[in-house]
Formats: sequence, C-alpha cells, structure tokens
Amino acid sequence: MTELTGYLRADGRKGIRNRVAVAYLVECAHHVAREIAWPNRDEAHVIGFPGCYPNDYAQAMMERLCTHPNVGAVLLVSLGCESFNRFRLESVIRDSGRPVETLVIQREGGTAATIGKGQAWIADRLRELSMAPRVAMDVSELVVGTVCGGSDGTSGISGNPAAGRAFDRLVAAGAACIFEETGELIGCEEIMADRAATPELADALRGAVAKAARYYATLGFGSFAAGNADGGLTTIEEKSLGAYAKSGQSRISGLIKPGDLPPRGGLYLMDVVPDGEVRFGFPNISDNAEIVEMMASGAHLTLFVTGRGSVVGSALAPVIKIAANPEMYARLSADMDVNAGRIILGESSVDQIGQEIYDLVLEVAAGQQTASEAMGHAEFLLTYKSFEPIGPACLPA
Amino acid sequence: MSRTDDRLLLLSPDDNVLIARAAIAEGEPILVEGLVLPLTAAVSMGHKLARRPISAGDAIVKYGAVIGTATRDIAQGAHVHTHNVRSNYTATHTLEEARVAYEAASEVGKT
Repeated sequence: MTELTGYLRADGRKGIRNRVAVAYLVECAHHVAREIAWPNRDEAHVIGFPGCYPNDYAQAMMERLCTHPNVGAVLLVSLGCESFNRFRLESVIRDSGRPVETLVIQREGGTAATIGKGQAWIADRLRELSMAPRVAMDVSELVVGTVCGGSDGTSGISGNPAAGRAFDRLVAAGAACIFEETGELIGCEEIMADRAATPELADALRGAVAKAARYYATLGFGSFAAGNADGGLTTIEEKSLGAYAKSGQSRISGLIKPGDLPPRGGLYLMDVVPDGEVRFGFPNISDNAEIVEMMASGAHLTLFVTGRGSVVGSALAPVIKIAANPEMYARLSADMDVNAGRIILGESSVDQIGQEIYDLVLEVAAGQQTASEAMGHAEFLLTYKSFEPIGPACLPA
Repeated sequence: MSRTDDRLLLLSPDDNVLIARAAIAEGEPILVEGLVLPLTAAVSMGHKLARRPISAGDAIVKYGAVIGTATRDIAQGAHVHTHNVRSNYTATHTLEEARVAYEAASEVGKT
C-alpha cells in the first residue's frame, strides 16, 4: 500500500506537487513568462490567459489555479496595459499564504530585464520549496479528474470503462472524482440522471446536457473530431456513450462548474458549457482546456484515456495517460502510462486494468512521475467563457 | 444465441452492431449470428459491422442505446459507419472529402 504525503496549504488542502506557477496575464507577456520558467521548466510551469479584455470566468479560473494545492509560489507576468485585474489576483494569492511577485514588463525595463529578475525570483523560491516538509495525506483528500481525447472505437470498451472502475474505487475510498464535457454526454442524459443523488439533481444533469446539445447545434458541429470517425466512431451519441463509461457506476453526488470545489468526496459532473447565448466560440477548443477546468476545481491529477494517441500532459497537475487501443499503444508506448488495449486483446479484464489505474493514481500522488511529466509536457489552455453560478439543486446535502 | 466470430464483440444483447476487436481484411470470411459472410470492405479495430439486416430509418443500437439512424439499408455483416448512419443530434464532420481530393491531386502531380 502506497503511503501518501502532501504539501499542506493554509486552506487545509494538500498538494501532491510543489510547483511554481509563472502566469502571464496577456499573450503579450507569454514569451517573457516562458523564458523565465525555461531554466527550471520541470518545477516552474507556465500558465496564463491570452486575452487583453476582462472576463470574469478567466479571472476566477486564474485565482483558483494560482491557489491550486499543487502550487507553492506564483510569479505574475504582466505587460502593463492589459485589462486583467492583476491587483486582485495578487491579493488572492498573498491571502492564500503563498509567495507571490508581479513583474510588469513595461515598468521593469523590457524583455531582458524582466526575464533576469524573474529567473532570479524563481531560483530563490525553488530553494525554499525544496525544503518544504510533506505531511501524511489520505486518499479521501484527493481530487481526481478524467478526460478522454483522441477517442476511437476502442475507447468506450477498454480505457473508459477501466477508468470508470478506478473512479468507483476512488469514490469508495472517499476521494472526489470529476467527469466532464457535457457535450460528450449527449444521448446519455437519461441513464445518467438515473444515478443522481436526488430527483432535483437529476433534472439539473438533464438540463446541463440539453444546454450542451443546444450550444453545439448552434455552432454547427458536435464535440467530435475527424479522427474520431477514422477510429470507428460514427456519431456524437456513440462517442458520448463511450465517454460516459469513464464515470463508473457510483451515485452522482453533484453538478459543478469550472472553479467550484467539490464540497466532499463523491462523484461530480462538471458542466463546461457556458451559460446564456452562444458567445466566444467552442466551449473547450481542445483537451487541455478541459484539464485546466478540472484543475481549477482542485483536481490533483487527471486520468486521460486516448484511443488515437494523444501525447499531452498538463501544467501543475500530472496526467496519467491510458491507452485504449493496443495498436496505438505499440506505436506510442513511451507516451502511455497504462495499456488498457490488453482488454481488447483478451489479455486483461476491465477490473484488472481498473485496479492498475487505481494503484498508479496512488503512486503518482506519492511522487512518481507520469510519462508526460517525465517528457516535460506541461500544456495549458484558457480561453473566454461566461457562466452563471450553480443552482441550489446541484450540490444536495 | 447464434454463433459469432471471436473477432467480433457484442456489447449488449439489444445491439444490432458488432465491434471489430482487430483489423479484418476485405473478402475474409466472418461468422455473424451463424452465417458465414465475406467481409465486403476492410474494417479497422473498433469499427462496427451489422449484426443483422438493418433498414433505412432503423435505429442503430450499441451499448444497448441508440447511437444514430440508418440512412440506407445495411446488409448483415456490412460496415456500419458515417456512409450509412447519421447522428440524431449534430452532423458528423470528417476529413474524408479533403483526403480524397488531396490524394487525387497528388496522383495528378505524379503523372
């Protein structure tokens, strides 16, 4: 049995990593942030928001991400003339007890001066963080997300059901587990609603999927890429049923939106489709946008099931890559952490792979690097959205 | 329960499609519900074949749930995919037309 330890934060949550976040507050500061992090890129991860104009969602997401339990210190990099409320973000981070500094490129004297000052600040923080003690941590303190990307006809019969078994075990142990992408649950609304903790929550789950169906119908495309069809998936509802298997069999405890923290252990659906009229384009333009939203809701790590073969990882929170397709695994094994394709070949059962994933979650939480972490993957993506707060039916007592 | 090929997977008893557990070449004999049929087009792992004859307008059922509607009659053992099924929600986007055009243009360039 793996002994879990974590970094204790002032809000009581514990981190499984102790990263420095280097956050650019507009695309114009992205290059400088990247250069600041580069010499220490394994520990200092670049996150940020590219837009020059204010957005409440992006502000809230950045506040959550900069105070994520896996983050031990934050350097904010501003150009100086963007609209992002860096004053408020810095206050939120300082109030969380984390070291924080804001560098404004226009004030510091430009690119080179800001990079030099930022690199020195990072080096000092990393020295401090390397001495931070770890404290005992229980499985029930973990928040785990799941996503599938590059799905094909194998995802729904191997990797996704195996991830669902791991979720069942985690929920039984008291962890909070998050599944998402309501646009990839179109067609599953009734079977999902049957698992809701209360009838009111069941209505909220149905409503979230109906909203997604309307949203994508307006855009003219479903959450469905050309490679999904090459891999044997014919329709969005077929992809949905396979994706739905990631949620396992547990009762659904609540419906949250990006940035909402699960109030206790259990299984939560994240509604990622914006509220109101269709604005700002696709809800999540690619997989990392979904991982970022689950991190904003506190996910310490993410289970990522892939059939076609996605290679991404994530800034701040490790990604466990689960290969659904054995032919793909043979080509991309160095990028994968688990070979669920063995289920297709008849070499392993769904239960066995589910157990393997559960065990790996504990090992990764205890410090073991995932394949994407070891190769330096630290993707991050945050775009414009707008949400209304969740209603009272979404988190029943 | 009729006999079906080991290479084909039935996910739910209500399904009218079977899933290829491996790539199967065109013309290979396959066993579908007690009938030996030649596979009419190669299929890759994870693709679907008709478990029984399907008529245009019929629901396509996989995992015991509806995943779309047949747009034409589909013979038993035939490939079930975007050429003969549509979504009941949003249309499926593929790169197939772009690929065919690209390959045709590449062929012209070679001659």
